[in-house]
Amino acid sequence: MSRLELPMVPFPDAAKVALEDSQLRRNLGKATSAIRAKRLALTAELPDWEQLREAGRRIKAQTMRNLDSYLLQLEERVTAAGGTVHWAEDGDEANRIVGELVRRTGSSEAIKVKSLTTDEIRLNDALADAGVQAIETDLAELIIQLAGEASSHILVPAIHKNRSEIRELFARTLGETGLSDDPADLTRAARKYLRQKFLSTTVGISGANFAVAETGTVCVVESEGNGRMCITLPRTLITVMGIEKLVPSWQDMEVFLQLLPRSSTGERMNPYTSFWTGVHQVDGPREFHLVLLDNGRSKVLANEVGREALHCIRCSACLNACPVYERTGGHAYGSVYPGPIGAVLTPQLRELARFESLPYASTLCGACFDACPVKINIPELLVHLRGQVVAARSERGGLRSSLDPERLAMRAAARVFASPRLYERAQRVSRVAQLPFVRRGRIESLPGYLRGWSATRDLRAVPKEFFREWWKKRHGDRQ
Amino acid sequence: MQVSLFVPCYVDTLYPEAAVAMTRVLERVGLQVDFPAAQTCCGQMHFNTGYQQEALTLARRFVEVFAGGDAVVAPSASCVGMVREFYPYLARQVGDEELVAAVEAVGERTFELSEFLVGQLGVEDVGAYYPHRVTYHPTCHSLRAIRVGDAPLKLLRAVRGIEIVQLPDAETCCGFGGTFAVKNSDTSMAMLSDKVANVLSTKAEACVAADNSCLMHIGGALSRGRTGVRAVHLAEILASTMDDAAEAPADSGGRTEENRGGIDGGWIGRTRDVSGDADGAGGIGHSRSGRVEGADVTP
Amino acid sequence: MLARIRSALAGTGGGAGAGAGRGAGSADDLGEPVERSYLMRDERATEVRVAQFVEMVGEYRAGVRVVEETEIAEIAATACADRRFTRLLVPAGFPEAWRPAGPELLGDSVDLETLASVDGVITTCALAIAPTGTIVLDGGPGQGRRALSLIPDYHLCIVRDEQILGSVPEAVRSLREAVAGGRALTFISGPSATSDIELQRVEGVHGPRNLEVLVVGR
Repeated sequence: MSRLELPMVPFPDAAKVALEDSQLRRNLGKATSAIRAKRLALTAELPDWEQLREAGRRIKAQTMRNLDSYLLQLEERVTAAGGTVHWAEDGDEANRIVGELVRRTGSSEAIKVKSLTTDEIRLNDALADAGVQAIETDLAELIIQLAGEASSHILVPAIHKNRSEIRELFARTLGETGLSDDPADLTRAARKYLRQKFLSTTVGISGANFAVAETGTVCVVESEGNGRMCITLPRTLITVMGIEKLVPSWQDMEVFLQLLPRSSTGERMNPYTSFWTGVHQVDGPREFHLVLLDNGRSKVLANEVGREALHCIRCSACLNACPVYERTGGHAYGSVYPGPIGAVLTPQLRELARFESLPYASTLCGACFDACPVKINIPELLVHLRGQVVAARSERGGLRSSLDPERLAMRAAARVFASPRLYERAQRVSRVAQLPFVRRGRIESLPGYLRGWSATRDLRAVPKEFFREWWKKRHGDRQ
Repeated sequence: MQVSLFVPCYVDTLYPEAAVAMTRVLERVGLQVDFPAAQTCCGQMHFNTGYQQEALTLARRFVEVFAGGDAVVAPSASCVGMVREFYPYLARQVGDEELVAAVEAVGERTFELSEFLVGQLGVEDVGAYYPHRVTYHPTCHSLRAIRVGDAPLKLLRAVRGIEIVQLPDAETCCGFGGTFAVKNSDTSMAMLSDKVANVLSTKAEACVAADNSCLMHIGGALSRGRTGVRAVHLAEILASTMDDAAEAPADSGGRTEENRGGIDGGWIGRTRDVSGDADGAGGIGHSRSGRVEGADVTP
Repeated sequence: MLARIRSALAGTGGGAGAGAGRGAGSADDLGEPVERSYLMRDERATEVRVAQFVEMVGEYRAGVRVVEETEIAEIAATACADRRFTRLLVPAGFPEAWRPAGPELLGDSVDLETLASVDGVITTCALAIAPTGTIVLDGGPGQGRRALSLIPDYHLCIVRDEQILGSVPEAVRSLREAVAGGRALTFISGPSATSDIELQRVEGVHGPRNLEVLVVGR
């Protein structure tokens, strides 16, 4: 049973509010278009980019097909290398395990590397309840932790904050008065604060970008160096990892090390990538714990089409490609995983009914599919989930479902489309039905369900002659 | 070759001039065309909104209606995308192997107009004449779903008298997305605003695309904004000839006498046809007869 | 939990967009190799690889130069003198001939406090990757444990030209032995960086803010 979650604000309503935040839109627009350009340039550089994408897709598909075997293999290898593997069915169980592990060390602090998985299960809150302070060490995570806010982008979580807000924040929370608002100065202040934490904290908590079943090796990909600090210096390292992060063999890393940096930050290689296997005699932590997290992933696995969403390597290329996300930002998706991948992952990980507006938060433009380094067919998954939403709604039945205007309209349309006679009749009816709304060849105001259209757009009037009427006149009734 | 016209429901009902234009163009290049009047709708609206059962029924219908003939051609990349990409998905979802084979077979001979002309017939010059400044919006379906590539541009470049201006951020979605435009109208409008701003920045007289769905959306805002820029379908430009332009106020290729009137993105106030009828006879007066007047900047 | 995963997979052997084809059972194709059509190796000459590596490292704004083996100690000494370094960390196994004169040289066994106060560290590397300008450390001779190249603010890394590989796949393959032996790896591609504040890139967050690379040519 996961922690109690607030009901999700339907995407259209959340988006409406977000669209009005001009600073967010400006920052986000700038960020996404900049990273988009870099990604395009650097993926064009590789002559075998499409082959790499295909290999990435196949590797992940093979991983999912045999996930049970690979997980067992991973456990065996990690254990043989001196680590301990824990299995957590849901977020609560994972939080309990981590809390207990930290408690055992006697430390009341833990330094943390940014991890979406730990955000997903709200580990920080659970640790706080258990008397442990989890200190975020990614600059953006530190900023939003100090500000008490939520992330607005997988890769650049503090994109919604400007430099003077950050200066003021550091003055207030770190006691760093006298800072300029130059980003370099602010970064230096953060470095100073965090360095003493790195050198003194005995527990580190991380997520994992990948784990290799064949060798038991865990991988963390980063830019700032705080990851290296957290996984190397503390005496105890705890890594929380979603079970879908697995890859079968060491060789597979040659594919993902090329796909991930170019897709996420638009770099040939990110500054630091670390690999470790269990515990080493002289190098790194004395104790290593790997917590394997399910929390809905096995449910997604059971959906033969939907499980493709588990292939995600968290690069955020789809976010940066999405014209909807670019304008609404991450908060509107009401989940740790926003944007296109979030729209197909969140409803499956959690309950579909609670997130049923997410699969509709897209025009199906396909930019995400083009951008995805492992070729997740997000548009297909979105439509698949839309089908599930409609089917579930009708299964729930009841008056609300049978009187739902959209459903009635769709049913009526289906009946009309089933017969050319009815169809042609409906066409003729529309010519008459539109009359109250037509002014000078234009419809500027539509009723009911279609109001959303005419709020901002005109619609032309139904023409005097439909195509099939023109054809009939010209050719008679022959086919 | 016998070509069966696949005229999407909303084109048949709201934008017949695009289908009429397509008919003219196909006949001009020497093809025999027919129109299976039993067709109604491909089911894309139902499918995209999540009503898969209903979409499946329409898919089965489509296969029957278009059973004979050589090629099936439509003035819409999104409907062709539905047939080629999603009919097989629907059939597989219900495990109907026979239907999978049937939809794949019909899919193989179903084409969007520009990919048919350029890809199948090897034709780029259809003898068109359209002396106006236009900007081209590549629709998401033509770009990413069925991947027509630059077929529409090749066709446009061969049009005499035309001036084509590159649309900034052309490949970004216009924000239509079917029911998205209504269910998520605020976000839809946010996307549309940017698209319209880009269109206006080109100083084009018309925005051209290969899908009436996007044109309905973009045209709707161009009209609401009283921008004076019109939304025109690729087929209409390709059907337009010297003869059409010579008759002033002239039709663009596909508009019939009966269809003159009604909004098409902004010629309100220009060349009013005073003999027209009560509910609006703005027409699409191309009052020029062969020159692009006032053409100032090159793209 | 395992049971849940197994039952989720039961009867759905095909998987989404399965490249292996429909109907493949889960246990059967565990060992089935994934088809790989991407580039596996680089055929270019050493000089070309070296030149590319130098170019890429330069782009990261880490100092990089190609030197003779005999020059290393002197260059290192100059680097320390220019920066007024008094203490330099030199891991066990670092070639004697390359050790610079000048600063006090400390070994592996320093404690954390000392480590946090040395001026810099000098290491060899396991290999390098030309197209990405990456240096890989695997804890082998001359590299020391990870903390040694993480905490000091200056890192001078010596790369022999034959260590520079032309592709990521070749590099990954070469590192298999180290991984199988339980050694930790660190891939370094330039100094640390962040763009978290208004997307403005700031270099040098954690880890050595100054990275310099000497490529030993022939």
